Amino acid sequence: MELSATSLRDKLQRDLEADHVEVEDTTLNRCAASFRVLVVSAKFEGKPLLQRHRLVNECLAEELPHIHAFEQKTLTPEQWARERQK
Amino acid sequence: MSGTLRRAAAALLRWGPGAGGVGLRGAGVRAAGAGTGAGGGGQAEQLDALVKKDKVVVFLKGTPEQPQCGFSNAVVQILRLHGVRDYAAYNVLDDPELRQGIKDYSNWPTIPQVYLNGEFVGGCDILLQMHQNGDLVEELKKLGIRSALLDEKKDEDSK
Repeated sequence: MELSATSLRDKLQRDLEADHVEVEDTTLNRCAASFRVLVVSAKFEGKPLLQRHRLVNECLAEELPHIHAFEQKTLTPEQWARERQK
Repeated sequence: MSGTLRRAAAALLRWGPGAGGVGLRGAGVRAAGAGTGAGGGGQAEQLDALVKKDKVVVFLKGTPEQPQCGFSNAVVQILRLHGVRDYAAYNVLDDPELRQGIKDYSNWPTIPQVYLNGEFVGGCDILLQMHQNGDLVEELKKLGIRSALLDEKKDEDSK
């Protein structure tokens, strides 16, 4: 299994039909494979934070056991547009 | 009685109030011991009881006094900011079965994990966002816990 920012991004983009995905490999700051992701998807609409994070966790169920630290932010396209205006 | 069941029962007893390893520490945070060897089919029931025993329950890597991971530390600091002192903290590094068991029970792949009133809230990212958007103050209020941040705000207002 490939564990890279690119492979994670591709998977999130595809499975969550994401408008926008950012994956930052934070491994250098830590002791083992670490990533920070931002996922923007219409699939998150009407879902509380917990459900959104569960969708991401399910999408990366195969990879997560091999990732030491994982941070995620999940936004709807609308929230993402608002965030970018800030 | 099978060995597994006996061990499960013993572990359950250890989780009870006043059990070994469960004592008041520091600012009232209980560094609770979940007991080991609690495998088998009974574990979900035991975890169910564990998360419901206290209003605020956290599963950490390390203890509130000495978190062993940045994310666990963040959870401890957020609770501290809100003046939440009376919570049960379980160190998953002390107990490999608890470490895996709570992941399975919550269907959540990472530690830390936070429970409020027996309900799974999420991990560090979610608690942090709830802290930032004000939801945490509201959730604590539902538990009858007044966030210390409200008092701080009042102090500022009255200055």
